Amino acid sequence: MLLMQERPEVDIDKLAMLSRIQLTEEEKAAFSGQLSDILGFFQKLQEVDVEGIAPMAHPFDAEAPLREDEAAEPWAPERALSNAPASRENQVIVPKVVEDA
Amino acid sequence: MPEYEAVIGLEVHVQLKTESKMFTDAPTGFGEPPNSLTNAVVMGLPGTLPVLNKGAIEQAIRFGLVFGSEIPEMFQWDRKNYFYPDSPKNYQLTQLDAPCCMGGEVEIELAGPSRNQMGEHLVIHLDHAHLEEDVGKLTHFTKDSLVDYNRAGTPLLEIVTKPDLHSADQAVALLQSIRMHLTAAGVSDCDMEKGQMRCDANVSVRPKGQKSLNPRTEMKNLNSITGVKNAITYEIKRQTKVYEKGGRVTQETRRWDADAGRTSSMRSKEEAHDYRYFPDPDLLPVHFPRDRIEELAADLPERVFDRQRRYQDTIGLPYTVTSVICYDHELARYFEEGMAEYDANPKALANYVANELQRERSQAEGDGYLPMSQVKLDATALARMVKLIDEGKLTKQLAREVFIDMFATGNEAQAVMDEKGIKVEVQDAGELEQWCREAVAANEVAAQQVRDGNDKAVNSFIGPVMRASKGKANPQQVREVLLKVIHG
Amino acid sequence: MGLDTRTIIDSSAFSLGKALLEKETSSREICQAFLEQVDKVDGDVGAFISIDPEKILQAADASDARRSAGELLSPLDGLPVAIKDLIAIEGEPLTCASQILKDFKSPYTGKVGSELLSAGLIPFGRLNMDEFAMGSSTENSSFKLTRNPWNLEHAPGGSSGGSAASVAARECPWSLGSDTGGSIRQPASFCGVVGLKPTYGRVSRFGLVAFASSLDQIGPVGRCIDDVAVLLDVISGHDPYDSTSWPNQLDAASLSLKVPVEPGTLGLPKEYFGEGIDPEIRKNMEEVIENYRSLGFEIKEISLPHTELAVPTYYIIATAEASSNLSRYDGVRYTHRSDKAKDAVDLFYQSRGEGFGQEVKRRVILGSYVLSSGFYDAYYKRAQQVRTLIRDDFLKAFKEVDAILTPTTPTPAFRIGEKTDDPLSMYLADIFTISVNLAGLPGLAMPSGIATSGLPMGFQLIGQPFEEGRLLQIGQAYEGAHPFTATPELIQ
Ligand SMILES: [Mg+2]
Ligand SMILES: [Zn+2]
Repeated sequence: MLLMQERPEVDIDKLAMLSRIQLTEEEKAAFSGQLSDILGFFQKLQEVDVEGIAPMAHPFDAEAPLREDEAAEPWAPERALSNAPASRENQVIVPKVVEDA
Repeated sequence: MPEYEAVIGLEVHVQLKTESKMFTDAPTGFGEPPNSLTNAVVMGLPGTLPVLNKGAIEQAIRFGLVFGSEIPEMFQWDRKNYFYPDSPKNYQLTQLDAPCCMGGEVEIELAGPSRNQMGEHLVIHLDHAHLEEDVGKLTHFTKDSLVDYNRAGTPLLEIVTKPDLHSADQAVALLQSIRMHLTAAGVSDCDMEKGQMRCDANVSVRPKGQKSLNPRTEMKNLNSITGVKNAITYEIKRQTKVYEKGGRVTQETRRWDADAGRTSSMRSKEEAHDYRYFPDPDLLPVHFPRDRIEELAADLPERVFDRQRRYQDTIGLPYTVTSVICYDHELARYFEEGMAEYDANPKALANYVANELQRERSQAEGDGYLPMSQVKLDATALARMVKLIDEGKLTKQLAREVFIDMFATGNEAQAVMDEKGIKVEVQDAGELEQWCREAVAANEVAAQQVRDGNDKAVNSFIGPVMRASKGKANPQQVREVLLKVIHG
Repeated sequence: MGLDTRTIIDSSAFSLGKALLEKETSSREICQAFLEQVDKVDGDVGAFISIDPEKILQAADASDARRSAGELLSPLDGLPVAIKDLIAIEGEPLTCASQILKDFKSPYTGKVGSELLSAGLIPFGRLNMDEFAMGSSTENSSFKLTRNPWNLEHAPGGSSGGSAASVAARECPWSLGSDTGGSIRQPASFCGVVGLKPTYGRVSRFGLVAFASSLDQIGPVGRCIDDVAVLLDVISGHDPYDSTSWPNQLDAASLSLKVPVEPGTLGLPKEYFGEGIDPEIRKNMEEVIENYRSLGFEIKEISLPHTELAVPTYYIIATAEASSNLSRYDGVRYTHRSDKAKDAVDLFYQSRGEGFGQEVKRRVILGSYVLSSGFYDAYYKRAQQVRTLIRDDFLKAFKEVDAILTPTTPTPAFRIGEKTDDPLSMYLADIFTISVNLAGLPGLAMPSGIATSGLPMGFQLIGQPFEEGRLLQIGQAYEGAHPFTATPELIQ
């Protein structure tokens, strides 16, 4: 099983795609090796018996609070777009969207 | 050649009716200036966090209660990670493992043999419905695209059916039933033109009798009833043809091109869709109070088809009337309000609502109907008009004119009658009896028929008497006097 | 008015506050003194990414005007506080030391920011850090190096390196940092100052740029326990805009310090005293233990058996959450935008490729891996389960002890560049601090000695949930008996 490998191989191109990060060839080479080392180090966890142990969502059994459905004053468009790299008619400009589902 | 059947499942997104967004207190709205309904959270600024909108959760629970879903003890929120310019955080908060509603059933009605006849009813099973947040809106130009985040963060309920549907008509009927019920419960306006209801359809085709499912195609964002109908119809035909030619259907996402009237493959890289779901660490699970769920349940309107059956079975209203009143929650509420004022003659009241009121609303508005919110005539005033007729204080003939005036002004029937000088006099017995005798004398043949037991023959005298009274006599009273005169 | 620069920068925030109340000095005088010190030493130390003297002096004048009018916002009105560059205050930068946010000015103020402002505290510059708080040396800042004031060849620790170095170099009386796996305590220890990581949920995260949501907390850095307690009280409290904020907070930490300390029991987890600890640190710990004993504390050996799982557990959870948290920096709404993009999708790749540094890329990609289809159960979910085991170890231990005493770091500050080529060895620098974040507990780092290299050494006290008051009392007992008086040569 892949997970039990001591030094799992990673598909760096797929990960870069999922992460939407352009990587240079040098970065790809360096990260592949480093990630395999780190994942190897993670294998320690596979030996732990976690049968019946609840995953921890919050350290202290808290619940998410619920807010009443009341609207506050929204922001002016200028404030919402105050850091926008490019805008027109109070909308954010993005380069042409090429459909990919 | 085998006969084929289609198997269809729908994923329907409806925008929930709330004041504020799913995870922050910015207002919701439609048609506002671009990026005027945002705040730090909506824009996904660094350091912002979600806070749950109780109102949105209650709307989702109402949905579940309307359709008999199980409301689980615990809801949880997950992040669905994917990049798109209309998504401020590049992850969508949704419910993967612990949604608000599990299961449920939607009753649908197919078109009947004619408009006046009830069609077949079916029950469509729901898989679940979960809460999530909407994205912003992209407008495409030749060189670039613009993004407006007004819609981002609007509460959405994604309703997922079981693959229970077998035709485009059934799919359309399902959407209509969902819309009728959700507008009635105030959960959503379900206006497809405003994007408040959007539909994805999963369609597959298999030889009739085959148990297992064939590969399906998914069509996304079918944004009108016609779109849903045409896209599914096209896709069923397309897949059937593929099988008839001995081919195979590939599981894929297809785009519906409404102008060309066809679907086409989107050829997307499937591995591109690894959403890397995980529980949102910013939002802890919620155990919604059970007593509040009971309160919400107690407050729901009657289900559409339950009400229709009640009106048919216990009040005796015909399908032509119930299909108008019950399928429009505003008319239904109007009718109920009238009934609360005066319930001795439901048929007459229902007729006024389904026919006269609808006719006037239609005439008042070029396209469609005058919105009920703008109708000046109160349901209780209409009910009081019906009562005046039943008491013999207003004739049906005169009521026609009175009603038009009431609709235009919102005035009480009595006020309109006073203004128009309409007064139905209870005739002094002598005068009325005189007119009746004259009428009977003029048509001895009919009088004999009445004496022979044909009660209906009395009707032929009513016209002449009414004419003699210049329309002011009360037909009910006329009838009684006529019978007395004829039988001696 | 009347305090000289030297007196001011050598004073604790607490005593500066007193001097202000007694009108011995003004907010302007205090701010000016620290601005002078920044001018003098920050060229060497590099603690600040940005600082706006004019704006600071304006705020100081406004505070002094309030003082004259008798309209003080709080007893702390007019004191400057330096802020790690990932805490949102409207109109201030919020770079997270990243190129992707290099021009970002926050259009809103988060909860901690508004608590500072409503107490009249003056935001005093933006402090350097590892990019998006990912690192243990501040070498991952995309803007500049921060150097350890005790020895400029050494790292200040991280990720809140600027927060610790600025306090150690007397460039500000106190500061705010954030701690996800030790990011306050480790640099505090490296720089010989006091740092507190509060209980998870004690301080609102609204306005704290997220690294790993389930681990992050803002906390104070100061030169003494009193200062840390006072600043904690300013920033803590329930916040309806943070759904993980703890609703029932009664304890005011600084009040706990006004009562005499009851000695209690301190636990020594045997897993924290194994191999890999620098001999001088080990010896210093023995002295600390002895000192506590002589203060009347009972010392007890305990066990936290899942300790060795903490580092992998932490890096799985932290990178998974980070990979998702950092998706919003995409070149669209407010970040750096690449001008090379061919289309909208390419805009993501290029902007993020250009805007993120190596460590951020590495962790985002690692996080994408552990969440990706087929691996979620084996990594993220399993790590959250192991996390439960780690927390339960602590809760069990707290049945026997009041607090847990450990080294903060296995070694004193390492050299700049020493660990940059080996991410895994850098990850292991947090070995004593990480479990505290996983368990959500409060952790206090205190200085306790100087190694022969001239670099500070320190210890960590781990407290029970929401018992910061008690934790600080225990720290204060030590500080009272064994004050840390050494100062870096740089500032003498
Ligand atoms: Mg879907
Ligand atoms: Zn959805």
